[in-house]
Amino acid sequence: MSRIDTTFGKLKQQQRKALIPFVTAGDPSQLLTVPLMHELVKVGADVIELGVPFSDPMADGPVIQRASERALKNGMSLRGVLGMVAEFRKQDTTTPVVLMGYGNPIEAMGWETFAQRCAEVGVDGVLTVDFPPEESHEAFEHLQRHNIAPIFLLAPTTNEARIEQVAKLARGYVYYVSLKGVTGAGNLDLSAIEEKIPQLRKHIHLPIGVGFGIRDAATARAVSKLCDGVVVGSRIVQEIENSDEKNVVANVGKLVKELRIAIDQ
Amino acid sequence: MSYNYPDQQGHFEQYGGIYMAETLIPAVEELRQQYLRFRDDPEFKAEFAYELKHYVGRPSPIYHAKRLSESLGGAQIYLKREDLNHTGAHKINNAIGQALLAKRMGKKRVIAETGAGMHGVATATVAARFGMECIVYMGAEDIQRQAPNVFRMKLLGATVVPVESGSKTLKDACNEAIRDWVTNVESTFYIFGTAAGPHPYPMMVRDFQCVIGNEAKEQMPEMIGRQPDAVIACVGGGSNAIGLFHPYIEEKSVQIIGVEAGGHGIASGKHAAPLTGNAKVGVLHGNKVYLMQDENGQIIETHSISAGLDYPGVGPEHCLLKDLGRAQYVAINDDEALAAFDALCRFEGIIPALESSHALAHAMKIAPSMGKDKVLLVNLSGRGDKDMNTVARIKGITL
Repeated sequence: MSRIDTTFGKLKQQQRKALIPFVTAGDPSQLLTVPLMHELVKVGADVIELGVPFSDPMADGPVIQRASERALKNGMSLRGVLGMVAEFRKQDTTTPVVLMGYGNPIEAMGWETFAQRCAEVGVDGVLTVDFPPEESHEAFEHLQRHNIAPIFLLAPTTNEARIEQVAKLARGYVYYVSLKGVTGAGNLDLSAIEEKIPQLRKHIHLPIGVGFGIRDAATARAVSKLCDGVVVGSRIVQEIENSDEKNVVANVGKLVKELRIAIDQ
Repeated sequence: MSYNYPDQQGHFEQYGGIYMAETLIPAVEELRQQYLRFRDDPEFKAEFAYELKHYVGRPSPIYHAKRLSESLGGAQIYLKREDLNHTGAHKINNAIGQALLAKRMGKKRVIAETGAGMHGVATATVAARFGMECIVYMGAEDIQRQAPNVFRMKLLGATVVPVESGSKTLKDACNEAIRDWVTNVESTFYIFGTAAGPHPYPMMVRDFQCVIGNEAKEQMPEMIGRQPDAVIACVGGGSNAIGLFHPYIEEKSVQIIGVEAGGHGIASGKHAAPLTGNAKVGVLHGNKVYLMQDENGQIIETHSISAGLDYPGVGPEHCLLKDLGRAQYVAINDDEALAAFDALCRFEGIIPALESSHALAHAMKIAPSMGKDKVLLVNLSGRGDKDMNTVARIKGITL
């Protein structure tokens, strides 16, 4: 059984919801990413989404755009991200790690090389924002061969036929984008999420994580009631941006701990 | 087998596709269905033809640049005068087509990206013409380079949003327009300016721009009794080029030449010529194309004197035409383009856009070694008024 399935299985038994924080690899520095990941686990993260920085992050708002710019300036590359996961796995062999980013860095490396490296270093899932199911056949084949879960996005605009299509390909969990917009936008509509989730559940038998626009403990708690996991990205990345390097691990730890407590209440 | 691309999923062999975030996939699918529904609708076609004739001023003439040709002593250079269109470039052909579609889809808000500003002006123009709200995203650096066009857009009632991220040029304007679209997907029609992006844009923009080549195919026999020996156009994303080239693909006697921006020279690495510079295939802005990138798959900054060609990718159909060997792609450097710009001003009394000057420069390069009975048809895709500041600055003149 994969780390993702094990994790969600355990949460289900405990009747708890997953907390899935996102950080961009290499932000604020290459040396701090692995310590940040360990801190996230320590304060209650169930799955870590690790952002692979890209020069043209079209689906991201300003906060994650700036994180990508900082990471690239720090010399971060896909190769480097894979190295970080290997480093993380020396101490943590159970927390699932999902790489999230855009397709071109993977295209440049080659899907087979990438999938093989993912398996070697202990990556569990891959979410490629700009590769919808229609364009994911090749990616899917290579990821499957190495038992890496392809994680797909679903959106408020996704119709039933597409939900069915994603259901066939997705592994691990699916990521429901809770609003029309880029990451970090503020206009979360809980009733719209509540309405959409049953439609997703009709076809999706995997856990459903919800993200985009979750800004604080209250929204995290409210959203967690509607699904199986809460993804928090921009809010954490903002904390990284606003912290001194010497405090960043502690500050992010404090924030994520608050989210954990709110979700478990 | 006859040439028939793209396939149903928008692929030109391995190129093209719909590489977009999930939120926008239903929007591009709706756009595809609506376009296919109206493409062959007689009423839509008639309205498009009417607007092109009475609003744009088509057909655009073909002009024999006699003095320029004589000065070169070889092949005769003919110009397809897209610079004479309303708003001064080929961009209006596509903007009208998409605006008519937007109108039928009930969209009241249109957005666009722009590099040189010509597509932004064309979009602002059609938005005024059809009473739509218009937002144009433009790189902060391009706003500097193309100040007159920024003012034109504002006069036409558009909001011009400066984009400060990345290289502050066309690709970053595209990123920002996509972010707007994903946020306002239900109310907004994205009038995309070039024959690239997710399906159906490469096909739809090409279809709207094919009026250029279709006219030329009728006009050349009237003028010289035959088709030209070669058709030549500049290629950034490649919409003016594919509009001229596509109707000539099956005319095997006609050579097809696309001219990319060589910037400081291909060897310098400071250019915007993914096809000529043998860039790797990659994915950006919704399609898989030849793409300028580093070894880690990050998009690299491009360089060109012309904002309209300053883009790291190229439309998927040009990628296919290169692979098939049906079109040849070359690069013209900044200084060669400027020399061609000057030559057309002085020999013919026509001020060309810096983009179009690249196509002209290549014609001027090959004409002297060709016989005087040979004919080169150059797409003069736009006029150069917008480039006054850039050219003056290079010449050390303060306006």
